[in-house]
Amino acid sequence: MATKYDWPAVEERSLIGKRHDRVDGPAKARGAAKYSYDRNPDGMLVARLVTSPVAHGRIIGIDTSRAEKVKGYKGHVNILNPGDEVQWAGKEVLAIAADTEEHARDAAHAVAVHVEKLDHWVKEEDVKKAGEANRVKPAKDDAKGPDLAEAWKSAEVTHEGYYGLGVITHCCLEPHGQVVDWTGDDIKVYASTQAVARIPADLAKGLSRDESIGKVEAGQVEVITPYMGGGFGSKFNIDTWGIACAQLSKKTGKPVKLMLDRNEEVTVAGSRPSDYGNVKVGAKKDGTIVAYESETWSTGGIAGRGSPPLPYVFDNDEKLAQKIRHLNVATNIGPARAWRAPNHPQAAVLTMCPLEDLAAKLDMDPVEFFKKNADLTARPDVYRYEIDKCAEMIDWKNKWHKRGDSGSGPVKRGLGMSLHTWGGRPHDSTCEVRIEPDGGVSVNLASQDLGVGTYTTLSVVAAETLGLDIPDIRINIGNSKLPVSGASGGSTTVGGTSASTRRAAVNALEELKGAVAESLGVEADDLTAKDHKIFAKSDPSKSLSWADACKKLGTRTITGQGKQPDRNGGKLNDSGVGGVQMADVSVDTETGVVTINKIAAVQDVGLVICLKQSESQVYGALIQGVAWALYEESIYDQTSGKMLNADMEFYKLSGAGDIGELEVHMVQNKYDDRGVIGIGEPPAISPGAAISNAVANAIGVRAPTLPLTPDRVLAALADA
Amino acid sequence: MRNFEYLAPTQVKAAAQALSEHEGVTAVLAGGTDLLSLMKQRVANPQRVVGLRGIRELHGISKQGGGLRIGAMATVQGLLDSKAAGSYAALMQAAKGITSPQIRAMGTVVGDLLQRPRCWYYRNGYGLLAMHEGKSLAPNGENRYHAILGNKGPAYFVSASSFAPALIALGAKVTVANADGERQMAVEDLFRIPGAEGERENTLKPNEIVTEILVPSLGDWKTATYEVRQRRLLDWPLAAASVACRISGGSVRDARVVMGHVAPIPWRSSEAETALKGKGLDGGNAEAAGKAAVAAATPLSQNKAKVQLAAVAVKRAVMLAGGKSAV
Repeated sequence: MATKYDWPAVEERSLIGKRHDRVDGPAKARGAAKYSYDRNPDGMLVARLVTSPVAHGRIIGIDTSRAEKVKGYKGHVNILNPGDEVQWAGKEVLAIAADTEEHARDAAHAVAVHVEKLDHWVKEEDVKKAGEANRVKPAKDDAKGPDLAEAWKSAEVTHEGYYGLGVITHCCLEPHGQVVDWTGDDIKVYASTQAVARIPADLAKGLSRDESIGKVEAGQVEVITPYMGGGFGSKFNIDTWGIACAQLSKKTGKPVKLMLDRNEEVTVAGSRPSDYGNVKVGAKKDGTIVAYESETWSTGGIAGRGSPPLPYVFDNDEKLAQKIRHLNVATNIGPARAWRAPNHPQAAVLTMCPLEDLAAKLDMDPVEFFKKNADLTARPDVYRYEIDKCAEMIDWKNKWHKRGDSGSGPVKRGLGMSLHTWGGRPHDSTCEVRIEPDGGVSVNLASQDLGVGTYTTLSVVAAETLGLDIPDIRINIGNSKLPVSGASGGSTTVGGTSASTRRAAVNALEELKGAVAESLGVEADDLTAKDHKIFAKSDPSKSLSWADACKKLGTRTITGQGKQPDRNGGKLNDSGVGGVQMADVSVDTETGVVTINKIAAVQDVGLVICLKQSESQVYGALIQGVAWALYEESIYDQTSGKMLNADMEFYKLSGAGDIGELEVHMVQNKYDDRGVIGIGEPPAISPGAAISNAVANAIGVRAPTLPLTPDRVLAALADA
Repeated sequence: MRNFEYLAPTQVKAAAQALSEHEGVTAVLAGGTDLLSLMKQRVANPQRVVGLRGIRELHGISKQGGGLRIGAMATVQGLLDSKAAGSYAALMQAAKGITSPQIRAMGTVVGDLLQRPRCWYYRNGYGLLAMHEGKSLAPNGENRYHAILGNKGPAYFVSASSFAPALIALGAKVTVANADGERQMAVEDLFRIPGAEGERENTLKPNEIVTEILVPSLGDWKTATYEVRQRRLLDWPLAAASVACRISGGSVRDARVVMGHVAPIPWRSSEAETALKGKGLDGGNAEAAGKAAVAAATPLSQNKAKVQLAAVAVKRAVMLAGGKSAV
């Protein structure tokens, strides 16, 4: 049943679904936007971490006597203590504060951490060796669908191969950390976080373990994060460095800044698990996939991780026989954190690559092959539509060829594709929309903008609802004292916050209509807001400008409340999306260097709030995807146990010259009635598989593991 | 970074006098693109830093005696902008491989010659020889970027210089100053493979300064540089080669072939030079020169691919020198 909260019909939308510039763009471009790193309150101290020098060991002693004599030293707190075990090199042991960053570094350098070394292990691709080192544990053993033995019998063509991708890190451009200003009972935390509303309880709990501090209430904590520079799933908690930073602020009576440096950021502040494995797939001669079997393994550090959702997308367990076995390798590396679409990018590689190899064996065009098997997915029509659209964008018909570019010269060109899916269920959110007597409108909620467009999407929703323009709306987010809204993870923010804002804005407008109806001589229900006016639908001449309407409030401020979820609040959002990506690459077969010519991406996310911000999310995901498909890997040294490339020199990301042409198409006006669904994760899933498939198509053989560095490509060519 | 004393002399002699004769005590600062990161990482911990920026004669690139003089403070961007340098194709192609505008603007050509190895063991504090508990971590460790030539130990890192192969192929010299005066030496002689921990990868004494590079007249030399690079973003070449040839009667009379990023020093390949002599600069001969250049290569546990990359770099540099396209 239709409700007043429902999104306006397509012909009534003046802002939703259109292209709008990022409202926070100018402040960021001018440097006026203050990130946590930019906060320097008066009297601020700077703290640095002292970390474990070994990958595995037990702390015997921590000697701070030299550090305490360093000029500018103001205090330190232990994060670990003698007797504690460290499980990776770079693990936080102690935080030390001084009057300047330089002195803090000197002081940190003067701390001696004595560790009894224990056996470490940092490698997982060679699972046999890891097993001999007693590092492997079964994590999943699962069979679904029709009888597997029967399915293999019915398979007329089978393919078996080895695939994988290594550990990468989040490499947030603004590293993890915060400034804490503890004055009296009030604790202000300028945190680089994806979870503004969650941090107060997290910090209070952590601090309350410190007996010298005693009980701390979450209500004492105010988290202030109007802007933040990237999280990708790695910034949900206050972390040891946040608690230590607050302890140092309490201890010294001064504001304290503790932001990780690049080495720390890359080493300990988040890694994406690897995945390697043998995959067997089978199909009928007509291309119908009948069986998928995998034995995979991965590492997510010492504590492990979940297992990839295999088989991926093509997972219908009534039609497809499937058997999955997954092993966890415990390694002494920085622990896994959620990375954009946790486990899905790996699953895409372990599914779409063997399937494209199977298509090649079947002598089928992957476009036809994947379309034929779309019935094995949860949304066949969406994928068939998207495959056709994406193929058109990349000129598949003319550019695709069978395995191996037969052209002359060492540079070969190829095309590849991949499909993906994600949930994107909206998170819980509460919002208060205020309408002031002076006509001002503010949207208030303790959400956060990770750089993804939250300011813009909320502006669009409120302006659309109130008949105003984007600049008329003030967005107050990034403060934990505002109405609680969920953490930004799992593509949940736009669905959750757009719904709570829509409902709050509708409720606020109802109240404003009530306040002006009598003076216009109409029923409140007859009023509508559009083009900076409030007027009667039955007689548009009965009208007040927005400013005049608000004046009628006298001294009263309207506060409209909105919630997600809200059973009576209309259908504003949903979950479950599909997307398709295709890559066009060139491979220099003499050097193994892979160059991206073009990537095309088609994405369904239900109702698009702001087209430009949605597209930007996809562009970002593709750029990130080129990096982990071709360049990015965390390199650990087994003998020393250290990560060797914890910098921006050999931890290689993609630059503007490396990404080729990117073309993005958001599916609009097709699935809008589903409401809003998140966009953060889905486009980040397919790039690796699509690029790997394109390389295989170009050179005629599979380079089995990512990143597709020259040595890996040359090895594949040499083995062919 | 540890505290240090900073001096900004205006005369070369004063600069040299300010330097210690002992390794690691003082450091010379030009563009600082390498030194500052080494100091921040506490890999270099000089007590005194001597800046060269205030010494007027060290700036600039100019024609000199039919050749080229590149002052110690001349930047990569200065080289790219220099008309006098424009005909030295090998040099210009090497400069274009440094794709970062920031490094081009700050980094100097001489600094490129003298930058310390990028070896991640060295940069992580294990020293030039990558020693850990009495053994080098490199030969059986993470050595995908390490040496395939001149790697019989104890050094396994590669010379990171972008310009050294080109300058050696061009027969360039450097002027070296100390408190007592100055001397000249071939760029080739500036480099050495350290034989023990504590030895540097160059032959300068700690109290010496390279004040200029002198590139001889190009004459009828055809030159080129080809770098195998993975990214367009600033990235170290995986292998590189510079070639200089003199042709008469359609065949090579003289050839110099120098590879970069393959050995602890810029690696001059007499094998490739011999392979080229008397031959035309066509694809087949170029390929043969590439193969000859790596015939003696001894790859480590992870860097077999580099042998091919080095051969391809030589082949493509020869093609470019011969006026053909690299691919």
